[in-house]
Amino acid sequence: MSPTPLLQVEHVTMRFGGLFAVNDLSFTARPRQITAIIGPNGAGKTTLFNCITGFYKPQVGRITLHQDQGPVYLERLDDFDIAKKARVGRTFQNIRLFARMSVLENLIVAQHNALMRASVFSLAGLLGLARYSKAEKLGTDKARYWLNKVGLLHLADEDAGSLPYGSQRRLEIARAMCIDPLLLCLDEPAAGLNPRESQELNTLLTGIRDEHGIGLLLIEHDMSVVMGISDWVVVLDYGRKIAAGNPAEIRADEAVIRAYLGEPDEAEA
Amino acid sequence: MAAVNLPRALRDGVLGAVVAAALALPMLGFRLVDSSQALTLGFRFDWVLWAALVVGIGRFLLSLSRDALPGRLPALALPNWGERFPKARLYLGWGLAGFAIVLPFLPFADRSLVDKATLVLIYVMLGWGLNIVVGLAGLLDLGFVAFYAVGAYSYALLATKLDLSFWLCLPLAGLFAAGFGVALGFPVLRLRGDYLAIVTLGFGEIVRVILQNWQDFTNGPAGISAIPRPTLFGLTFTANAPAGKTTFADYFGLEFSGDHRVIFLYFIILALALFTNLFTLRIRRLPIGRAWEALREDEIACRSLGLNPTTIKLSAFATGAMFAGFAGSFFATRQGFISPESFTFIESAVILAIVVLGGMGSQIGVVLAALLLVGLPEWFRELQQYRMLAFGGAMVLIMLWKPSGLLSHRAPTIRLGKEKAA
Repeated sequence: MSPTPLLQVEHVTMRFGGLFAVNDLSFTARPRQITAIIGPNGAGKTTLFNCITGFYKPQVGRITLHQDQGPVYLERLDDFDIAKKARVGRTFQNIRLFARMSVLENLIVAQHNALMRASVFSLAGLLGLARYSKAEKLGTDKARYWLNKVGLLHLADEDAGSLPYGSQRRLEIARAMCIDPLLLCLDEPAAGLNPRESQELNTLLTGIRDEHGIGLLLIEHDMSVVMGISDWVVVLDYGRKIAAGNPAEIRADEAVIRAYLGEPDEAEA
Repeated sequence: MAAVNLPRALRDGVLGAVVAAALALPMLGFRLVDSSQALTLGFRFDWVLWAALVVGIGRFLLSLSRDALPGRLPALALPNWGERFPKARLYLGWGLAGFAIVLPFLPFADRSLVDKATLVLIYVMLGWGLNIVVGLAGLLDLGFVAFYAVGAYSYALLATKLDLSFWLCLPLAGLFAAGFGVALGFPVLRLRGDYLAIVTLGFGEIVRVILQNWQDFTNGPAGISAIPRPTLFGLTFTANAPAGKTTFADYFGLEFSGDHRVIFLYFIILALALFTNLFTLRIRRLPIGRAWEALREDEIACRSLGLNPTTIKLSAFATGAMFAGFAGSFFATRQGFISPESFTFIESAVILAIVVLGGMGSQIGVVLAALLLVGLPEWFRELQQYRMLAFGGAMVLIMLWKPSGLLSHRAPTIRLGKEKAA
């Protein structure tokens, strides 16, 4: 394992009123690895994601992303700056595409900040300067690359909202990749996929990890995905970390089995 | 055909008649009669009776024939022109623009027609401005008339107090209105949908009330009169040239005619409107335009992709407001007189109706809707007090037939098209 982690979560606590959704949680995710976060419903997985991507601000704790230029403290940044400056991409549990825009436009919007600079805050674009059209061409090339990767190239000009469910999930991943992330957070990417689609998803995610050297953080219920592709698994229950290890270790862990199946002594009584 | 359900039809009819009578009693039953001495209360209960009868029988017949009628209103014969003929929209656009340019020189175009066309174009321009805010960025703005008012008063005050020319004031008015757009934008950044609509509604009223009460500055309800007319490179459109100026008619050796000014004004607003349209078509294909649409679709997804919603919303408000400011200063120079009366809530409602009816985000839809909502009522002034009734009825019917507006098809701003195979 490489010595510096990519993402370091330290003592993060997120409270809603009296409820500790995430309670004193610490773990690390390494670069070029897939780290899965699992746990029963209500364990605080999505809350943790929202803390990492800035949609929630944790009351306690520090979240550090280690870039080549130095560490970035995510809990201090606005959500859009986490995508823009820290380069953390994410997808959502209930897919959030720009439904009435085309598939290609979804991927172009994801490159907003780069294209905005190229258009000199719309001035060069309004005047029709070559500088902008060249940037847009590059953006389209990147979009085409990712569409090809997720197998949606032939649907590029269709409305994103008209795609079937599985394709929408893949498009959302492609869109998040268009911000050139260092860390990609996927919230239940395999939910609602059939076995074949879920197999394709595994290939896509391992490809992103191996070819692009990106760290992935994954919330998932589908154990075939979790056990099949993750390098490290963190298990949450009631907002706390109850176990962490490689998939084989987790499968054998007493605490994990208890959390998922209930207390054995209760069952015997 | 299903069996006729007579008891149900009778019950519906009687119920309808009772409701109609209850509504008609206060609305039709009493009226104020202005006799020479004082106002007295008059009665016309026969009207109430007629209203109840008409509604009751109508409801009875409707109920009887309900089973024979199709479940919903039939769709129009051409359900989606835009989708079926993608090119048609382009030709229609160029055709309309060409027609608008030659309109004043056509044989049937008299002074009143050009005047009405000018009015329609003002609303087309306002509609296009609001389309940026509502249609593209999805921010429901019920106070758009405030920016129109800011533009109009900017020009009127700059021109009457500082003696600046129209062509200098026009960009200034746009800038001021854009500034107000940003000022409105800041407090409403966190709001969406209904809440945003209420706040913008309040903003529109605040601007009007200030204009009405700031006597020293805006001259209050009496308004500002004798607003200077625009000139064409220094040529005036008056019968006799003021000191040091030349009139348009003298310069070109024409006989003076009041029509020249009307046609000149028409061309100014046409140029402004076409500029607005070109700007919008262009900006839709730029990152900021796509960001507006993305924000309309899903703000949270925008944040997750690094788009700063604050700047995107403010730029949408500012851009839309700028065009309203241009339109406002044109309105002031055309009328020569403005007062807070011209900037009431109903104006905002009409502009919003134009955008919604046209099909949110559709440029040509706005033109058609403006013709329908502003043009037709002007031509049908004979209907007098029933004008607004007909107007409301037409809107209800159109929204039943085409719930997403006249032209609602959206074409992507960028395509892979043939390159897909590459």
